[in-house]
Amino acid sequence: MTEYLSLSLILFTIGAVGVLVRRNAIVVFMCIELMLNATNLALVAFAHQHGNLDGQIAAFFVMVVAAAEVVVGLAIIVSIYRTRRSASVDDADLLKG
Amino acid sequence: MSSTALLTATDLPDIAAPEIQYALIGPVFIILGAALVGIVLEAVLPRGKRFLPQVGVAVVGVVAALADTVWVYRSLDTVQGSSLEGRGQVALEGALSIDGPGVFTWGILLVFALLSLGLFAERRLENGLSPFTGRAADAPGSAGEAEAVEAGLEHTEVFPLMLFALSGMMLFATANDLITMFVALEVLSLPLYLLCGLARRRRLVSQEAALKYFLLGAFSSVFFLYGAALAYGFSGSFGLAEIDLAVSARTGDQPLLLAAIALIAVGMFFKIGAAPFHQWTPDVYQGAPTPVTAFMAAGTKAAAFIAFLRVFFVAFGGAQWDWRPTIWVVAIITMVLGALVSIAQTDVKRMLAYSSVAHAGFLLVGFAGAYVGSAGNEDRITSVSSILFYLSVYGVSSIGAFAIVTVVRDAGGEATHLSRWAGLGKESPFLAGCFALFMLSFAGIPLTGGFIGKWGIFSAAWSGGYWPLVVVGVLVSAVAAYFYVRVIVLMFFTDPTDAPGPTVAAPSRVTTVVIAASAAATVALGLVPGPVLDLAQHAGAFVR
Repeated sequence: MTEYLSLSLILFTIGAVGVLVRRNAIVVFMCIELMLNATNLALVAFAHQHGNLDGQIAAFFVMVVAAAEVVVGLAIIVSIYRTRRSASVDDADLLKG
Repeated sequence: MSSTALLTATDLPDIAAPEIQYALIGPVFIILGAALVGIVLEAVLPRGKRFLPQVGVAVVGVVAALADTVWVYRSLDTVQGSSLEGRGQVALEGALSIDGPGVFTWGILLVFALLSLGLFAERRLENGLSPFTGRAADAPGSAGEAEAVEAGLEHTEVFPLMLFALSGMMLFATANDLITMFVALEVLSLPLYLLCGLARRRRLVSQEAALKYFLLGAFSSVFFLYGAALAYGFSGSFGLAEIDLAVSARTGDQPLLLAAIALIAVGMFFKIGAAPFHQWTPDVYQGAPTPVTAFMAAGTKAAAFIAFLRVFFVAFGGAQWDWRPTIWVVAIITMVLGALVSIAQTDVKRMLAYSSVAHAGFLLVGFAGAYVGSAGNEDRITSVSSILFYLSVYGVSSIGAFAIVTVVRDAGGEATHLSRWAGLGKESPFLAGCFALFMLSFAGIPLTGGFIGKWGIFSAAWSGGYWPLVVVGVLVSAVAAYFYVRVIVLMFFTDPTDAPGPTVAAPSRVTTVVIAASAAATVALGLVPGPVLDLAQHAGAFVR
């Protein structure tokens, strides 16, 4: 149990650090997906611990939501890439103040 | 690790059909139905003929849902709790809680949606085209974009998208378990990410706002989700009532519970735009098409705040001495930061965004009070009721303010730089007067709705024993009043620096009606707050 939770926490942290330090919007987005999957691991581990199915069912919901998020996210990133020929989050700096 | 082995097929109980209270969740079904009809219209109607049917479907859907919401609210049963009473019941096998605060929020969300629809449907300001880009797939400045403008193309998908976001907000405000809440959060966010990137003018900025909102929004919802997973690990259930039982029993792993509370709070602070998670607010409010900003400012904040209150009052109510200090500190940081930074802003939409951050801080003051009423003091306003009233006032005033932003224009579209607003009072006394009214309401000057809202928030915090927070709140209100009044002075008593001055485009009748209705509501909530205040007070506590 503790092992699964630790792994999930490690993956979540790698994802969070990745979001904060990586510059390419696609990679940032992949890090967010990594965090979602770390959450799935925790959900399934807890479901096993408690002996009920709620956590496993929740993991399916998370997968569906993640898939929907990919559609919207890639649409936005691609439209920005077509405009600027760059997917770097540092280049998107018109809004500030 | 506990002793449970893997479940085998024989352990599974027979699957019973869920009991669904269709009558109670009618408003959500109506909105989802209208959104689906909108999608069918996209498929069957030729491109040029979609606009009016789409507007019609959206308006009819929202009005029907509003009527149904009134009916649902009147039919809620009273539930007697230990110290306070609530109205409503848990529906859909515990997934939704159709209760007084939830249904009240449906009502205000639908009113916000109706007002915003007026701005979505405005076509006169862009020479007969909607405020959304004609063909989002074309890069800004490309030949394709010019062609789309030439051909008069419009994205009518914005109406179904807006309705889907609205249904997500309604579900978010009534969700009674953490997974429903997460799904509702995404249903409300995903359409908004797209809508943010669809502006007709200043498309680079609009796309950038969409990217920032999307990345940060997805990042924060993962925090919420991990918190939900830990709460499940702590209690063995996602249901708010079951989590409450585990929290009150003080069984289970306390660090797990604290981590769950912290992570869920981070996700929620982001959605309501509280410091230090407010960074996205100014960028997104400025970059998004103004009708979307209006809808988002009013709707997301209302839905997220009620969901936030529901999680913390219902599920984590037993641990309130653990989370109240955090809310306390965040409330102060948010109020002070929002009020001080908005003074330095030179862009109207950015200034309104920081003002919305400050308002999130004021709302958190009422939240930190966590006053749920006590026997013998039924006439004192509770935290939930005061926040419901504040959200109503703040929502109509900010939709009105953003509606005025859409009308003050120059050749490049909306003239959002504050210097361009100098002398607006001479150019258009009606608009400047309405904007001044909204500013006074935001500042909390008596005779406007904002005053009654602030009074309710502060008195709930006072009843909850948090008087130092109230003192800080009143002081920050005074600082905030400075920059609101500064805008009024700019509009009425300053001459425009550059020769042409502000130009006020003539909008169609819809936008004028939206501005006038918001102004009327702001005044009405200030002069005769009784009916709405009673309704908010009558909504009672959350039903679990």
